[in-house]
Amino acid sequence: MIDLLGMWPYFLHLLIYIGIYAILGMSLNLITGYTGLLNLGHAAFWGIGAYTSVLLVLAGIPWLLALVASAVLAGLAGLLIGFPSLNLRGDYFAVATLGFGEIIRSILINWSEVTRGPLGIPGIPRPEVMGFVFESNEAFLALVLALAFLTYVFLRRLTRSSFGRVLRAIREDEIAAQALGKDVNKYKLTAMGIGAGFAGIAGGLFAHYITFIDPTSFVLNESVLMLLIVVLGGMGSLEGSLVGAVALVLLPEPLRLIGANSDITWLKTGFAQVRMAVYALVLLLVIIRLPQGLLGEGRNRK
Amino acid sequence: MKEAMLNVRGISKDFGGLKALNNVSFEVGEREVVGLIGPNGSGKTTLFEIINGFYLPSHGSVECCGQRITGLLPHEIARRGIGRTFQIVRLFPKLTVLENLLVAEQHLKGELLLHALLKLRHVEAEDRANKEKALKLLELVELGHKKNELAENLSYGQQKLLEIARALALEPRILLLDEPDAGLNPTIARKVFNVVKELKKEGKSVLMIEHDMETVMGLCDRVVVLDFGEKIAEGTPKEIQANEKVLEAYLGKVKK
Repeated sequence: MIDLLGMWPYFLHLLIYIGIYAILGMSLNLITGYTGLLNLGHAAFWGIGAYTSVLLVLAGIPWLLALVASAVLAGLAGLLIGFPSLNLRGDYFAVATLGFGEIIRSILINWSEVTRGPLGIPGIPRPEVMGFVFESNEAFLALVLALAFLTYVFLRRLTRSSFGRVLRAIREDEIAAQALGKDVNKYKLTAMGIGAGFAGIAGGLFAHYITFIDPTSFVLNESVLMLLIVVLGGMGSLEGSLVGAVALVLLPEPLRLIGANSDITWLKTGFAQVRMAVYALVLLLVIIRLPQGLLGEGRNRK
Repeated sequence: MKEAMLNVRGISKDFGGLKALNNVSFEVGEREVVGLIGPNGSGKTTLFEIINGFYLPSHGSVECCGQRITGLLPHEIARRGIGRTFQIVRLFPKLTVLENLLVAEQHLKGELLLHALLKLRHVEAEDRANKEKALKLLELVELGHKKNELAENLSYGQQKLLEIARALALEPRILLLDEPDAGLNPTIARKVFNVVKELKKEGKSVLMIEHDMETVMGLCDRVVVLDFGEKIAEGTPKEIQANEKVLEAYLGKVKK
């Protein structure tokens, strides 16, 4: 009835998305889950990474170098928004990142000499590393998984070290951390820089997979989705973000199938539109029933 | 005269029109336990916040071991060797009891980004040594068996004890305790008392805000009394108990 083998390209596509969102989720978790900085502008770092990589590659720079530049530039953007916002607490920091996301979006739309504005940039080549082009989606999946794995290893080391312990302490009580001699601002900035940098890497992957980018990919909805991945998976759990990415990329997919073969237009398109409503519903359910998330800290701990 | 660990010099603090502290001066010497007492709202905690750098004084300065610390940031002051507890406990609730102490460790190589990532061997050795030290402190406050418990799961009294241990993990030159036994049942309050007594025996310098006169009598070498932001008396606990101004501040003017 259903041609599973014939659906392989579709699954492949979903797996690639899962890999990219896993990087985004883990990197946001460092900022929000571990350090406690509610970041509603993570998609902006993703977008900075995507545009940086694309513009550099189209200018003839090798993809791998462009990817490094993406990470660095997105990381610097993280410091840029982090620095003036350091003294903002809780909700106020969230509002600042929200504003930052909007600023980046309008720059992408209006700086058309560079970004081509709302027209977007088509014809982006697939990544090429030392002569090998990741042309097939199978090859691209391997690349995404490799980078997701590296991200995981890097962030796991970081969060399990005494450095990570201080980040969590800052999340729990900033004043107490200061009273114990911790330079809270330095730690917050480092977390912002690193988290944003990895989002930049995700951007450099995404753009060369889709091969077309425009500003609509890097908007608030996406930031909310990333936050949802972190919250559902569990704040302060990298493994949780992996699970969250799998769950939230797959979750809306069955909705696409409903009514796909129907002649009724509203049934055909309606369910695709319902995606955001489903996310909202999940967020509500998680907050009410599972405030720690699936694998959150403080669960299953002796 | 013992060397002054902490020297409070002419501290005043205005909040708008309100004078919270007015020209307060005193010293805490080496190996000395000093009590800071006074009725509610007399400025005790405000003074703590100034010593710690969370507030800037309007006038005056604070020195630690002869070095001016006023104007430094709170974390810099902590590194100069001033540890503290808070009137209302401020633990890291979602960290384990042991982790709460480990955060207080200073100059950790593992807290440097590169070292944390490379997980170098000397970092691991450092971790192990710190863990042992932290466990010893936990024994002191009798919380060794709770080391893997989340701090939020401790009773209030245990949290207060943990906070003292955490301040000690900073290896402070002087320890500031803000009402360490407030709101505790007598058993735990006794434990806190014994811990401070132990510290005193070890020769630590302590400045503590305390209401209970019995505790003050039992622990403090000297007492400083604040009332409406002014220092109204200073002396041994015995002298303070007999001081008319102090009695007046607490009980109201006695008509003769």
